[in-house]
Amino acid sequence: MRATVWSGRNKVQVENVPDPKILNARDAIVKISSTAICGSDLHLYDGYVPTMRKGDILGHEFMGEIVETGGEVTNLKVGDRVVVPFPIACGACNACARGLFSLCENSNPNASTAEKLWGDSTCGIFGYSHATGGYAGGQAEYARVPFADVGPIKIESDLSDEQVLFLSDVFPTGYMGADVCDIKPGDIVAVWGCGPVGQFAIASAYLLGAERVIAIDRFEYRLKMAREKAGAETINYEQTSVREVLREMTGGRGPDACIDCVGLEAHHHHGGMYAYDRVKQATRMQTERGYALREAIFNCRSGGTVSIMGVYGGFMDKFPIGAVMNRGLTIKTGQCHVHRYLRPLLDHIEKGAIDPSFIVTHRMSLDDASNGYETFKHKQDECVKVVLKP
Amino acid sequence: MSSTSKPGNAAPQDPMAKGLGIVSFALGIPQTFAAGHMNRLIGVKDNARNRWVMRAVGVRELTAGVGIFTDRRPAGWIWARVAGDTMDLALLGSALRNKRGSQTRTIAATGAVAGAFAADVIDGVRLSRAANGSGNGSGHAPEPEPEQAVQVTAAITVRRDRDELYALWRDFERFPDFMAHLEEVRTTDTTTSHWKARGPLGTTVQWDAEITDDVPGERIAWRSIEGSKIDNAGSVRFVPAPGDQGTELHVDMRYSPPAGAVGATIAKLFGEEPAIQLKDDLRRLKSIAETGEIVRSDGSPEGPLGRRQLKQRPAHPLPDDELADISTNGGAS
Repeated sequence: MRATVWSGRNKVQVENVPDPKILNARDAIVKISSTAICGSDLHLYDGYVPTMRKGDILGHEFMGEIVETGGEVTNLKVGDRVVVPFPIACGACNACARGLFSLCENSNPNASTAEKLWGDSTCGIFGYSHATGGYAGGQAEYARVPFADVGPIKIESDLSDEQVLFLSDVFPTGYMGADVCDIKPGDIVAVWGCGPVGQFAIASAYLLGAERVIAIDRFEYRLKMAREKAGAETINYEQTSVREVLREMTGGRGPDACIDCVGLEAHHHHGGMYAYDRVKQATRMQTERGYALREAIFNCRSGGTVSIMGVYGGFMDKFPIGAVMNRGLTIKTGQCHVHRYLRPLLDHIEKGAIDPSFIVTHRMSLDDASNGYETFKHKQDECVKVVLKP
Repeated sequence: MSSTSKPGNAAPQDPMAKGLGIVSFALGIPQTFAAGHMNRLIGVKDNARNRWVMRAVGVRELTAGVGIFTDRRPAGWIWARVAGDTMDLALLGSALRNKRGSQTRTIAATGAVAGAFAADVIDGVRLSRAANGSGNGSGHAPEPEPEQAVQVTAAITVRRDRDELYALWRDFERFPDFMAHLEEVRTTDTTTSHWKARGPLGTTVQWDAEITDDVPGERIAWRSIEGSKIDNAGSVRFVPAPGDQGTELHVDMRYSPPAGAVGATIAKLFGEEPAIQLKDDLRRLKSIAETGEIVRSDGSPEGPLGRRQLKQRPAHPLPDDELADISTNGGAS
């Protein structure tokens, strides 16, 4: 089959590789109909995530049709149309029993590597480095889905691929970003980053009852999408002082909840500040450029919640722990527990409360994946989301 | 998690160790300060990257040299040289595959390093033996010799009740399902069994074991019977986890690795870190108990396996022949 393969920093290409096979009785094979490039794929593409190997198939946002099932999979049959959550979860361990699916204790065969990096392991994740299992990803014609009796959700209505594809990651991730903030009536929520996760965090904050949502970015086209499609008020941090505007908009209190949808490759409008983190990251003195997170912490209302949905991989310098401690902030974070959001969010889509397809700006053939990565990385042609068709 | 023995007294003035220390300096100084010349001498391409590799190797040599001359018990430093030689052989091997420099010079350099490797191993074994005394000549070892024994402990929580986990563990014939090193365990009587394990570097070891303690639902202990080639003992306790989280397994294993401390060191060089391996074995057991299978990925087609952590396959589907190979050896479930 054809698959998008990582071959070093800033290099992906579509190659022929063997077709996936059933390896465990609870596996299924999915013939992929649509797959997307995620912002976190760019961290792999840019070479900031350790434990990647040349030849790894990328992609963790995909959907398609079941073409084969292992002997123990009884809830799915050949021909079913499914969306596959990016975390792989067994459904039987203590973490899964608590609904913490992205912390599944059984799905990462490389748990001892992850333990060295992070103290303990996460779940396995499709196409997302060897510390999260070394699973082939879904930017391909076919994918093997372990624990297929637990993860994939069947789509039985006639919704289009683009309306349901983002259940695999960015919609639930944005939703969880808002959900963990425990939003109460009257709450003002600020969202750093207007990429796909940011857009869904904004929309979800409204679904969960936020009074106002303020979105922060520097790309006018993304801010426009946040205003027009997700309903946010916006701040362009290259044009105004985020702190002053946030204080003004919140009567001097600061936002009740701040959601970081940026992660480890944050940008700073001041060249010197940006260079500081950039150099430390390039020389591996830190693995993160944490400016967005620092700003989210610094500006949050005292006693408020900071929710981290942007991806971080290792260690950050100048983490403002003094602000967190002295002002009683709560930090909530985690890879998204997608499984617990699939049903309720599909209901929202089916009822018409949200149509997630609004983020799609580029549709390409799988064979153009390399072009898709470049377009998305450099935000060319007002790119927000690339969907690939195998 | 793990502890290995430290050698006792070795001759601080050992002439062979001294010689190897001088070799370390003789190589380390030009490698560190004239990396370009050294690169050309051994026939690899003299670019910036290779110069840094050469300097790093030089600093390592100097460190080993200083260690050998200053430590009263240089055995550890000699083993560090063995590790270094292994690394150098790997580097030279990759240089030979690249075919960018002078093949003849690289082959000559490889020969020289192989010679040093042999000398280092011989001296390392000699010094370690001297340090460990004369060993146990009697053939009867009631407890694994504390000087040479490796002890590893690990704990894991499994969401199953303890009677079920006890029953799974009490069936020793199922051990190879989750203990990656075991090829076969055959029950020979109610309390005795015959074990066959894969050692490092393709070796096989066999021994007989007996159950020494058995309290249903609570604990099991076993050990190799007197006169076994590989002297080992293990125990597992089943403790209810707080809340409704299932059962905690607390495992304690002790063994004298084949070839003593030398064997343990070589095994580590090849990624067989006992503490990690035990934890991975327990992860496999947990996976069998909780999910009915051991999950496999493209990078780790055998499931959790210590040595696989260093030698991941790329994350794309395996071709049929590799798949068949893994299903027949060491593939689980």
